[in-house]
Amino acid sequence: MAILDLRQQFPILNRMVKGKPLVYFDNAATSQKPQVVIDALTHYYTHYNANIHRGIHTLAEEATMAYEATRRTAQEFIGAVSEEEIIFTRGTTEGINLVAYTWGRQNIGTGDEIIISGMEHHSNIVPWQILCEEKGAVLKVIPVDDNGELVMDTYKALLNSKTKLVSVVHVSNSLGTVNPIKEIIEAAHQVGAKVLIDGAQSAVHLDINVHEMDCDFFAFSGHKVYGPTGVGVLYGKKELLESMPVFQGGGEMIKEVTFEKTTYNDLPYKYEAGTPNIADTIALKAALDFIKETGKATIRAHEEELLAYATAQFQAIPGLKIIGNAKEKVSLISFIIKGVHPQDVGVLLDNQGIAVRTGHHCTQPLMTRFGIPGTIRASFALYNQKEEIDALITGLHKTIKMLS
Amino acid sequence: MNIKPIHEIEKEIIEDFALFDSWEDKYEYIIDMGKKLPVLEDEHKLDENKIKGCQSTVWLVASYNDGRVFFKADSDAIIVKGLISMLIKVLSGHTPTEIIDARLDFIREIGMMTHLAQTRSNGLLSMIKQMKNYAIAFQAINSQKTDHK
Repeated sequence: MAILDLRQQFPILNRMVKGKPLVYFDNAATSQKPQVVIDALTHYYTHYNANIHRGIHTLAEEATMAYEATRRTAQEFIGAVSEEEIIFTRGTTEGINLVAYTWGRQNIGTGDEIIISGMEHHSNIVPWQILCEEKGAVLKVIPVDDNGELVMDTYKALLNSKTKLVSVVHVSNSLGTVNPIKEIIEAAHQVGAKVLIDGAQSAVHLDINVHEMDCDFFAFSGHKVYGPTGVGVLYGKKELLESMPVFQGGGEMIKEVTFEKTTYNDLPYKYEAGTPNIADTIALKAALDFIKETGKATIRAHEEELLAYATAQFQAIPGLKIIGNAKEKVSLISFIIKGVHPQDVGVLLDNQGIAVRTGHHCTQPLMTRFGIPGTIRASFALYNQKEEIDALITGLHKTIKMLS
Repeated sequence: MNIKPIHEIEKEIIEDFALFDSWEDKYEYIIDMGKKLPVLEDEHKLDENKIKGCQSTVWLVASYNDGRVFFKADSDAIIVKGLISMLIKVLSGHTPTEIIDARLDFIREIGMMTHLAQTRSNGLLSMIKQMKNYAIAFQAINSQKTDHK
């Protein structure tokens, strides 16, 4: 079976944890890396490590070419019109902060309104809170219903001429909900607001086309798309990126520096100050190519099968409640078990070689909304198998028995 | 009153754990310890007694009586509660100096260091620091009293 072949490309999945074969269900936190990504990193350091863009020697040229090749691949990966719209960041969080500190400072004033949703990751809450505090702007929140879906009527009622930005998550990291972003973007544009989409969870599962979507900004992380940590992409519409002030000052982002005045470099380098994360950016290409070759449709079909299989099994466990039952979900299940603290479940599953995530998943307001301290989250990737879900179910039965 | 020296109580726990040959037995013992921990009255579950971890919360209160420190604690997570129960068994009823000097090697010996390493998630390490801080504070009060005599 194709999935078994794919699985063999991820060397870490062969390891044992506490004497048991690893079952890795923490993919929403970070995915494992295929051999091609690991090889790309090693190959770079072994053969052509050099600082990029400025050097005129062979190594610098090779490194620059590889680095810029990732930009083209990333552009295709999310359907951006131009390479200049692809800014390399450290990850989604830095991408959002970049927009808050540049576009935000330039365009948000006293009394303006920013809309986020009740299912945002702290990374898409805190930068806007900081900005609102600085500018005397107001943060509004789209509520979440009991199924874990956004209340769209309330969203539309929140929009008005004071709304300057809508920043929402494409796919919830805590619930798996796929939000109707096309509808969100259209409605926001009608009142003249810009839209940022947090794509940290969606980029790996869904087909992304920022051009069709018509969002103004889109941010995602490399390490959640089978790529290395420490590299991410911020997409912005070219005209916006051109009009925005710079983020960080330093090398690479300048054209000419005198003590009197500095002129800035063109896009995308204007936002990439200092020596970037060259190795990880280069290896990100291998990850994006890997996804492309595998095919997102193939990946999704497999993950949907896993989700349906796991959901049915979970529902049969007495006292287990799934948090987040949106009609459209990615392959992630958040749940609680009556009378049991999520952390205890995580500890006991770990002793059985099963890695899940427990806690608030950096979405404390969402947990408060559901009146719970946290959940247990199992998130599936292309290399997971039904047998592993069976192992989780067996593990859960054992865990519940030990804790009751 | 607890009169056994701290290192002896630690040794007993290590010996108990040596009898377990599976992780299940270890954790069942810890869970059982958690269940047996005397209830911490709601009046003590105040913010000032709270050591908040990222995932679970610990409440800790200390009292000083006759030159000895007594601890009471609770947690919303049962495994943490079991570990707390062991810490109380080891430290409670001893003098401030004994508590300050306690090395608490038993945690590593019984293979529970991972729980201390998860500083952000469970507040256990902060709790140990807090227990020692109480001991330091009581020792200070004690020496002040002695000074005034």
